Order: sequence, then structure tokens, then C-alpha cells
Amino acid sequence: MRISSFFYTLRQGVRNLFRNKLFTLASIATISACLFLFGLFYAVVTNFQHIVKNAQQGVSVSVFFDEGLDESRIQQIGEQIARRTEVADLVFVSADEAWEEFKGDYLEGYEDGFTENPLADSAHYDIYLSDVSMQPALVTYLESMEGVSKVNRSELVATTLTGVNALIAYVSVGIIAILLAVSVFLISNTVIIGISIRREEINIMKYIGATDFFVRSPFVIEGMLIGLIGAALPLGVIYGMYNIVLTYVTERFPMLTTLLSFLTVQEVFGVLTPVSIGIGVGIGFLGSIVTVRRYLRV
Amino acid sequence: MAGKKKRKSTAAQNEIINLTNVCKAYSTGAPALKDVNLHINRGEFVFIVGDSGSGKSTLIKLLLRELTVTSGSINVMGYDLSRIRHRKIPKFRRNLGVVFQDFRLLKDRNVYENVAFAQRIVQKSGKEIKRNVPSMLAVVGLAGKYKAKPRQLSGGEQQRVALARALVNQPTILLADEPTGNLDPKNSWEIMKLLEQINENGTTVIVVTHNREIVNAMQKRVVTLKKGVVISDEEKGGYIDED
Repeated sequence: MRISSFFYTLRQGVRNLFRNKLFTLASIATISACLFLFGLFYAVVTNFQHIVKNAQQGVSVSVFFDEGLDESRIQQIGEQIARRTEVADLVFVSADEAWEEFKGDYLEGYEDGFTENPLADSAHYDIYLSDVSMQPALVTYLESMEGVSKVNRSELVATTLTGVNALIAYVSVGIIAILLAVSVFLISNTVIIGISIRREEINIMKYIGATDFFVRSPFVIEGMLIGLIGAALPLGVIYGMYNIVLTYVTERFPMLTTLLSFLTVQEVFGVLTPVSIGIGVGIGFLGSIVTVRRYLRV
Repeated sequence: MAGKKKRKSTAAQNEIINLTNVCKAYSTGAPALKDVNLHINRGEFVFIVGDSGSGKSTLIKLLLRELTVTSGSINVMGYDLSRIRHRKIPKFRRNLGVVFQDFRLLKDRNVYENVAFAQRIVQKSGKEIKRNVPSMLAVVGLAGKYKAKPRQLSGGEQQRVALARALVNQPTILLADEPTGNLDPKNSWEIMKLLEQINENGTTVIVVTHNREIVNAMQKRVVTLKKGVVISDEEKGGYIDED
């Protein structure tokens, strides 16, 4: 393709947007509506997953040792536990630290009656998991270790969080699949209407001797531009909305933000922007290629 | 003997369109063309006439390779149209200029752009387009209206634009499907004079028409179709009345 033909095709693609204003607006509106719903859903789901993940990271398993177990064996146990893949973090809490924590949490100044540390045998490891669903396997392993007297865990929290996580994954995959299917259906219908308006133009091009590539190119460029604009608009709206909601929640409900941590706008849009643009441009590209193809057999 | 052989091969070289036992049947209804044999030489001017449903439009569509034959063979400028690959069709069509009864101009583009469009399709450079388009518009007498949109032109002027678009790439064959069908007698004659002039410059011109007066007056070769069959093929012929 000559450079002048390339620029001509590019110009035609851009001009097509204005030649068929109604079609362009309808297509952009359709893509925008679908990607807005997708973006909104993504922002909510990722935040929810983030909150659940944070909650999971707070779930720990505590390992206590046999009375009088020497320090080197405790250290050895720690090293063995740390080597397991499901372990994200391992914190050693000495008997003194446990007592200090207990005093701070429950006694609040009434600790004077204690001359010795009543929690002398309470040194332990707090183990944080990277995947809370692995807790039962880890507990079985810990209980089998020599020198371990007791393993404390919260089975209910672990199973609830695992269940919630799986539910979010299934629901989000389902809803995203439905949204994409609806988008493709709506967009292909809009493209079909737009192309049928220009059927005559395509016929003329073919009679004159235009190649399929030459006929298709302006439509493909037009489709991709519609997809790009259709993706950029909802991204801008969601960006603004997300900032407003985040500021509102942190200012009005500070208590909520200490319990729940939300993703920053950069974290959400770091993924949402390329994905939305990819979907928008991809749908525009495929939609125009598939629809123009049926009119090329002239 | 040798001279005869030489004459025969020259005739074959001269032949630009060759239809041999061409049949075309649509999936529903009667066959559109039955056993058509037609040979047209380079530089000829041929009228294809016949009533509605006689197969004229089917013949044009076959020559454009918009349709394929059911049986028989069509050879245009060395291209076997029953075997040509889809990707080769654009290259074949660049040898043809086409004019339709309903002009088929791009309504949102002006006269200049409509003609330049044909040059862009064959990837002419910007320089060539700027040189060729105005001179072609001058040939059809529309140099002064290059900025006008089709809706601002009369039927005759729109057909001239279509003619300029068909000719700007210097086709070997010009196919005109009822080019005067939507025009008054004065404009019809002007278009026909242009076609004659184009033919005198060496382009093979094939005109499908209903216009009895024009066919009878121009005294060109006339091929008459009736119900898909060639019923007459006369040099300097006239319009044959069905009755």
C-alpha cells in the first residue's frame, strides 16, 4: 500500500465517523453502556476481592510448643514451617511478648498482682497464609511435628472466607461473560445497520476494482475508533465516580476505612484501562471485519 | 493456407470478449441465459438490446464477474471468468469501466472526489490524481462543477460524472447498463455522443439499452436477446420489434 493510500484510508476512517453521525453515536453509546457496566462491576468486584484478601491475610494459625522445648528446636520448627509454600509470613511471639500483649489487651493496669509471667509456656509462632483454603493441610502438618503441643486456628473464618472468595470468582466470571455476550450482540447489530447503509458504497468500490483490503480498511479504522471512544468515555466517568465515592467514604465513614481497605484509583485503573480499551477496540475491529466481509462477495 | 492461419490468429488476438455456450440459471425460476455465444473485438461498439427479463442485466453481471456462469465459459481480456480466483477479481475489474442507469455516485462526496475515488482505488499517486481528474472532467464537460455534490447536478450531469469515474482509469472496456434510462432525450444524446467519442479513442464500448431511437440512429452492432437467447446479432443493426 502506498503511503498516500494509507493516509487516505486513515482519513476516510475518521471521516466515516462524521458521515454517519447517527450510526457513530449509536455505536459509541452501545459500547460505552456495556463497558460502563463492565467497569463498574470490575471496580466493585476487585475491591471486594481486595477486602476479602486482606481479611484472609489477617487469619493466622498459632503453634505452641512442648513445655521446656529448647530454643534451637523452636528455631528449627520455624524454619521448617517457613519453607512451606502456603505460608506467607511467620512471626515468633516470645512468652514475654505474649504477656505484654495480654496485659495491654485485658488487664489495663491491674497486672500488679502478678510477680511472674503466668504465660511462661506461651511462646508461639503466628503463621499467616497466602491462601486461607490451605489451612487444614497446614494444620495437619503442624500437628504432626515433633515438639508442637497445640495448634490454634479459626476454621469457621477460614472456610467462610474461602467460600466467599470462590463465590465472588464464579459470580464475577458469570456476569462478565454475560456482559461481554450482550455487548457483542448489541454492537454487531449496530454495525450491521451501519454497514447496510453503506452497502452501495462498498458495491461501487468493488465494481471499480477495489481489493477487499482497500474496502475493509476504512471500516476497520472506523470500528476501532468507535471502540476506542466507546471505551474512553465510561473509563472517564468511572474514574471520576470512583474518586468521589472513595473520598466520600473515607471522609464520612473513617471507621469503615480502618476495618476495610479499598484499592486506590491507580490500582483499579491500572488493569481496567487496558482491558476496557482492548475490549472496545477489539469489538470494533472484529465487528467491522465480520460485517464488511458479507458485503465483499460482489 | 499460411495467410489464412495468420488471419485467424490476428482475429483471436483482437477478440476481447468471448462467451461460449453460456448458460445462467438462478436457483428459482427459468434460466436467464441459454446457450449464448458472443464474440466482441477490441474497439467495437455494441448495443445489447431486449425487453425486460431478456437477460441483458444478467449478461452485464456475468461480464463484471458479479455472477458466475452455470455452464459454458466467459473469457474477457484473457481472464477466464468461470475460474478466476476471488482475489484476482479486483485486478480484472480495473480493465473495465462501468456506468449504471442510477449513476451510483457517492452522494456525500463532490464531483472531484467521486472521480478521484476511482484513481485512489487503483492507488494512483496524489500528483497523478490532480493531473488526471480535472482533465477527465473537462472531457465530460464538467470542469466547472468539480465542487458540486451529486444532488446539485441534473441527471445528465450525474451520468457524466459516472462516465468520468468509469473512464479516468483508462479502461479497455466500458460497460454501460441503461446509461440513458433516467435521462431526457437531449441528455441521452449527449451521453451517447460521449460514448461514441470514447469508442473512437479505442475503448470497446458495450451499451445495454431500451432506447429504440438511439439504437436505430447510431447504426452500430446490435445484439438482441429474447428470453435469454441471442435472436439476432447484426453489424449496423437496428432495434428489433418483439411483435
